[in-house]
Amino acid sequence: MTTALATKPTPVRVPRVRLGRILSYVLMIGATIVWITPIVFTLYVSLRPYSETSKLGYVSLPRSLTLDNYRQAWTQSDMLHFFLNSVAITVPAVILTLFFASLVAFVVAKVNIKINVVLLILFTAGNLLPQQVIITPLYRLYLLIPMPTFLSDSGLLYNSIAGLVAINVAFQLGFCVFVLSNFMRTVPDEMYEAAVVDGAGLWTRYWRLTMPLCRPALAALATLLTTWIYNDFFWAITLIETGSRRPVTSALANLQGQFVSNQNLIAAAAMIVAIPTLVVYVLLQRQFISGLTLGSTKG
Amino acid sequence: MASTVTDAADDAAKSPVTPRRRRYRVGRLSRREILLVLLMLAVPILADLAFVWGPAIASVFLSFFRWSGVGGLELRGCRPAGGLLPDNGCLTGGDNYSQAATNYPPFWPAVEHNVIWLVVFIVFATPLGMLFAVVIDRGIKGSRIYQSALFLPVMLSLALIGIMWEFVYSPNYGLINTITGHNQNGNLVDWLGDPKLNLWAVLVEATWRQAGYVMVLYLAGLKAADPSLREAATVDGANAWQTFWRVTFPTLRPINIVILVVTVIESLRAFDLVYITNRGSNGLELLSVLVTNNIVGETSRIGFGSALGVVLLVISLVPISIFLYQNFKRKADR
Amino acid sequence: MAQSPTGPGPALSRRTLLRGAAFGAGALALPGLLAACGGSSGGGGTTESGGSGTNISFGSNYSDPAPKAAFQGLINDAKTKTGVTTKINTTDHNTFQNNITSYLQGTPDDLATWFAGFRLQYFAAQGLLAPIDDVWDKIGTHFNDAAKSLSKGADGHYYLVPLYNYPWVVHYNKSTFAQKGYEVPTNWDSFIALAKKMKKDGLTPLAFADKDLWPALGTFDILNMRVNGFDYHMKLMQNKGAAYTDKEITAVFDHWRELMPYLQTGANGRIWQDAAKTLEAKQAGMMFQGTNQVAAQYATDKKDIKDLDFFAYPEINSTFGQDYMDAPADGFIMPKKAKNTKGAKKVLEYIGTPEAESSYLKGDSWDVGLATGLVAPTYNDIQKKSATMIAKQKAVAQFGDRDTDPAMATALEHAIQDFIGNPAASNVQSLQKSLAKQAKSIFG
Repeated sequence: MTTALATKPTPVRVPRVRLGRILSYVLMIGATIVWITPIVFTLYVSLRPYSETSKLGYVSLPRSLTLDNYRQAWTQSDMLHFFLNSVAITVPAVILTLFFASLVAFVVAKVNIKINVVLLILFTAGNLLPQQVIITPLYRLYLLIPMPTFLSDSGLLYNSIAGLVAINVAFQLGFCVFVLSNFMRTVPDEMYEAAVVDGAGLWTRYWRLTMPLCRPALAALATLLTTWIYNDFFWAITLIETGSRRPVTSALANLQGQFVSNQNLIAAAAMIVAIPTLVVYVLLQRQFISGLTLGSTKG
Repeated sequence: MASTVTDAADDAAKSPVTPRRRRYRVGRLSRREILLVLLMLAVPILADLAFVWGPAIASVFLSFFRWSGVGGLELRGCRPAGGLLPDNGCLTGGDNYSQAATNYPPFWPAVEHNVIWLVVFIVFATPLGMLFAVVIDRGIKGSRIYQSALFLPVMLSLALIGIMWEFVYSPNYGLINTITGHNQNGNLVDWLGDPKLNLWAVLVEATWRQAGYVMVLYLAGLKAADPSLREAATVDGANAWQTFWRVTFPTLRPINIVILVVTVIESLRAFDLVYITNRGSNGLELLSVLVTNNIVGETSRIGFGSALGVVLLVISLVPISIFLYQNFKRKADR
Repeated sequence: MAQSPTGPGPALSRRTLLRGAAFGAGALALPGLLAACGGSSGGGGTTESGGSGTNISFGSNYSDPAPKAAFQGLINDAKTKTGVTTKINTTDHNTFQNNITSYLQGTPDDLATWFAGFRLQYFAAQGLLAPIDDVWDKIGTHFNDAAKSLSKGADGHYYLVPLYNYPWVVHYNKSTFAQKGYEVPTNWDSFIALAKKMKKDGLTPLAFADKDLWPALGTFDILNMRVNGFDYHMKLMQNKGAAYTDKEITAVFDHWRELMPYLQTGANGRIWQDAAKTLEAKQAGMMFQGTNQVAAQYATDKKDIKDLDFFAYPEINSTFGQDYMDAPADGFIMPKKAKNTKGAKKVLEYIGTPEAESSYLKGDSWDVGLATGLVAPTYNDIQKKSATMIAKQKAVAQFGDRDTDPAMATALEHAIQDFIGNPAASNVQSLQKSLAKQAKSIFG
């Protein structure tokens, strides 16, 4: 039937198509401009000295542009230190989340056990709970769970980076299980049947067969997870009490003086803080979209 | 012609090109494999139960107490205040709920704003994101650039977003008022302070972020959709609009549901933009912020905040259930 | 999170380049996860001194560069004087405040920064603070009765060693007053007359902002103290024998309504820094706010601080004259869970001396010490005037959000924003009713 349709002569609709094209460009270029205006404007302010904008206002032509705010933000907030904290939290959290989520997703999607629907509900619904609803009991729980001192010098899950990694992993698992299980379903069952015939065990089917195929989904999730975990401030301020152990988002809060705020400086600092997520996006961009085949119709 | 297109879609869906829906049979799992499955599931399940579900259920429990977060809980009724502090750690029954509904001015505005938020997301922000996705998916020049620019807000930290919009909206020094000449004390437009305006101003920020997020999710769905369908329809002479509505959109039902759920959840969980603007007061009340103001913070009315949280939880459960129902019905159909 | 949503705290001066003073050499070490040995994580971590030795940790909310440097200076001096080494654990002001309940119950430092007032009594009454009467046995002679009562819990024990305070007053530019021939008003009528005149001269009489919710509480406090007196104000704050439905409170809002035409419009959307800027730019004639904020803003913006001056809020009710004001005090507490209490007390004993206060004030030019008769050598005109003015008060309040239950303060803040948006008498009536009802539920 498809071929039958293809042989029909195509009606001449050139003007219409062109109009559609033009509208598309107008829409996208317009939207892009609107979307990046606040960002570009902030970038502009961050490049201007505070003394100048406090005199002339933000919307004015520059007398001088300088990287001074950036230099100051970097040194004044001890940013490198906090960046390293963020790395110590984000990297293990992203890796562990993806690993555990892929295990669950594999079982849900490709192992025929009775409870997989229950599992999926458990994880998916859990992801939708607001953070604020669980924080009080969670905080109490963290004060009760002992940790070996090499992971937490307080001897507790509370106020330790390990604890922060743990909650980020637990909280993000749901979404990742959901996406990964959807993705794994798109892998044809025939491949598994063939693998079983070849004598591949369960672990081999997971690690050697499924995981390499899931690379795009893992890349997409890695991008989103990095963004979410890296930008998280809520868990960091509620479950960590040693200021110097918090992630870089708290360095930003430190710059936002409780009374006098140098907005230009904060803008510069916020721009610096945004760089790692942008880098991750650029690196994984190619796989990003193709990996996010949520509820793919091909599955 | 319309019917032809639909037929094409149906045929394609049934065509042997799509993989078989039948679950492959691995036969019975060996004992070792069962052990392995249990091992694979143990840590994630434990983490999810202990750190997400456990605390959520505990919060429901807490919502029946009056508790400042200090000291323990006792299963006894509350006594009237004696000394400096009110009675603490005692059962108040449904008092927190009735207080919230009748004696907490921000409560009803918060419910109303959550609803407005939801409506704006459903009728505007999300369709806009979908529109972006569709246009980009048609492969216009520079799509990589548009896609990155529109997705940018999703990646930025809360602090940065707060500062950006302060620069845009600030009454005396902001971008909008300065450009439109409304920055004098006589004719100020108070974007974030006027309770008639500020919700809409913040919704612009929210749309700015939501549309990018939806765009990416939807783009993923579109990319996954079978391109032969669209080709077929296009060749048939349907224009882009018709192709989308009659062919692409219906086949995207699963992702549409995902998007709908994400939209509902994002509007119920909406929190950060409002919190950085003015901690959710003066026209920007939202349930999630009220929960935060009562639970996190010096205030520490844990029981009361938990009750507000439970309200939010119950409201979120509605879309969660719809979604799960749809999702699993689909699977059961296979 | 852009600004501190609740109450005042330490000031900030110019953005001096701080080379991570508080973090020291260990700053680059990856804390927690990568630090193999307990207690050796990056700078400022909690020490595991276990109650012995000469090391303590100090939880600080002095996160802005200038107070942070000043605080570091104080701690360095404390080390020289007491031999106790202090690790500072800095958290931004806002976060610190929001997390205080968790902080004190978790694994707190040996000492921490905190405020005087109800906020002190509240946590003391819950048993989260350690009494420090023995410290006060040694430092008591340095302070007057007002400072002493600020430092006590409701049980009469001492829980705080204060460091500094600052007054809430009406700021103005000397040059504007000189040029236009304005006189400093001392009573309500002359205040309103002056405001009217300024308006006619094309000035915004009073710069005003309340986006952060707390600044307008200052106006509520001062009007309440001027109209109804200090005792009534405290009764209201502590919910003991005064209610928000009282006619006294109606009178407060009536005065405020009279002032509304002279207040900068759009206050609910303006951060106070922007209001201060209109004063700096001489577009506004006056601004009622803490010196800790306005003077600091002048310095940050490199404006002429010598041109800045202030006067006490004008008299409204002659019974109470100009006898009271908000003068919030910041100081230090010892958590109940402190580990090295001996070392901590030694440091507190040092901090409670005039010498220590002037050491801190070297790096802070808007607050004033609380030790009796202290005139730090570094005091500028603003500080000298502040000290004299506070000393003249019959009583000082600690600011609305420090004198009452935090939940009540929040409720009041929201009601005030509502009032600013709609100051009609009918609205005030319903706000008063709602506040009274909420007070009942909050105070139990």
